[in-house]
Amino acid sequence: MSADFMVDVRGVHKSFGALTVLDGVDLQVRHGEVTVLLGPSGSGKSTLLRLINHLERADRGFISVGGELMGYRRAGDRLHELKEREILEQRTRIGFVFQSFNLFGHLTVLENVVEAPISAQRRPRAEAEVRARELLTRVGLEDKASEYPRRLSGGQQQRVAIARALALEPDVLLFDEPTSALDPELVGEVLAVLRDLAKSGTTMVVVTHELGFAREVADTVVFLDAGRVVEQGSPEAVLDHPQHARTRAFVEKVL
Amino acid sequence: MTSDLGTRPAPAATPEESLRIVPARHPATWVAAAVVAVLVAMAGHALVTNKAFDWPTFSRFVFQKSILEAVALTLELTLFGVVAGFLLGTILALMRISRNPLLRAVSWTYTWIFRSVPLILQLLFWYNLAILYNEISFGVPFGPSFVSVGTMSLIPPFLAAGLGLALHQGAYAAEIVRAGFLSVDAGQREAAAALGIPAGRQFRRIVLPQAMRTIVPTAANEIIGLLKATSQVYVMALPELFYQVQVIYTRSGRVIPLLLVATFWYLALTTVLSVGQFYVERYYARGALRTLPPTPLQRLRSVWRRA
Repeated sequence: MSADFMVDVRGVHKSFGALTVLDGVDLQVRHGEVTVLLGPSGSGKSTLLRLINHLERADRGFISVGGELMGYRRAGDRLHELKEREILEQRTRIGFVFQSFNLFGHLTVLENVVEAPISAQRRPRAEAEVRARELLTRVGLEDKASEYPRRLSGGQQQRVAIARALALEPDVLLFDEPTSALDPELVGEVLAVLRDLAKSGTTMVVVTHELGFAREVADTVVFLDAGRVVEQGSPEAVLDHPQHARTRAFVEKVL
Repeated sequence: MTSDLGTRPAPAATPEESLRIVPARHPATWVAAAVVAVLVAMAGHALVTNKAFDWPTFSRFVFQKSILEAVALTLELTLFGVVAGFLLGTILALMRISRNPLLRAVSWTYTWIFRSVPLILQLLFWYNLAILYNEISFGVPFGPSFVSVGTMSLIPPFLAAGLGLALHQGAYAAEIVRAGFLSVDAGQREAAAALGIPAGRQFRRIVLPQAMRTIVPTAANEIIGLLKATSQVYVMALPELFYQVQVIYTRSGRVIPLLLVATFWYLALTTVLSVGQFYVERYYARGALRTLPPTPLQRLRSVWRRA
């Protein structure tokens, strides 16, 4: 496992029962890079993302984040499975943004953002709140700190979810179709936040169908189909001059 | 077309605006209301005038010391049963959804047995525990014991009754708490896990408060049920409300007024619990509703202000 890569996925397989979702996937993401995962639904993009932060366990293959193997500890020539507590600790270095936001509905916006820094990183509440308000300002929601999520629009909820993920100061941010649950007119405000993050040098892996965003922001575009990486490269290479017929068909259909 | 909109004159008052609106009449509703009002008046009249209800005796006993003590014991039994029962129920629910098949099986079996056996039978078993095991020892399992205590002295009647109620209640509470967990969207747990929030905290801070919205209405039902189930403890000769009332009427022969005394107290206690339920539900609705419903006090105040 090399520490050159922020995210390093090697030979990962994953099946759910008889269904093979990932069939030997390799993926490397450099520090500060934005990688966009593209592919038809069922191609394994979301599963790959969930494997990276160990919400799912790979059947075969290994994943390391920031040079650290996810879910295992190496001792000599043995790998020890980590306990739940240690996996939770690893996850604090990875931010995850869900398609359906998954904000805690019974907590206010501010409480949503400070919860993990306080309970998982043991930061003092006052410090966490100052930091949370800065993050809410960054996503343009400083005036919504004491609202409950249900009173916000979808785009605002997703921006809170991004602030919540950033509050842990993670090494890498994973986005699982962050704009797919939004009304078309709200997509722009969320993509603007992602663009801003990319510019500030945050390492990100983004599953999305927004080709315009991929073209503009991505350093690397990875096209997955049926659990395999079909093609990867710069946005121009993959989106404008796809080598593979499947990529070409997909890009034409989405555009 | 659009340029016209700005300059269009304000619409003239329609001719209908000067007319008086007559609300629709519902004569059948009025007749029905009158019939019900007469029936209610008859029932009230019968309650007041029928000498058999014996209201003077009722008022002599209703706040008597022995009755008040019995009410206190009923409350203590309910409180013990509810707290211990729901604690046990929460543990059973967690066992039931755990990964360990043995824990799951034990939880299922417990619920199966304690829901199957009538409460009164369970209470009699606890009452007679000393026949089954006349001492209880603490020590190494299957090995030597360090301390032995006679069952009779270890389990006084109150504890036997309280435990009986709690163990029975636990089986029901387990299912209620489990239903609450199931009602919380899996994404909540997943988001908490993705943020690295410790497992215990995920449960207490994220899942349980949201599960409470489903748990509270059913739990309130159970608590009121348990309040009344304490009356079955009379088989253990524990002077709770129902037992005490029976003692008094077998002595004085005034059955009806004393049954009314018990009715009065069960009604009063249930009223307090129902009001409590309203406020607890309101508390756990934070964030789940766009605006909270007004409390009766707030509603009263807004009516007052409008008047």
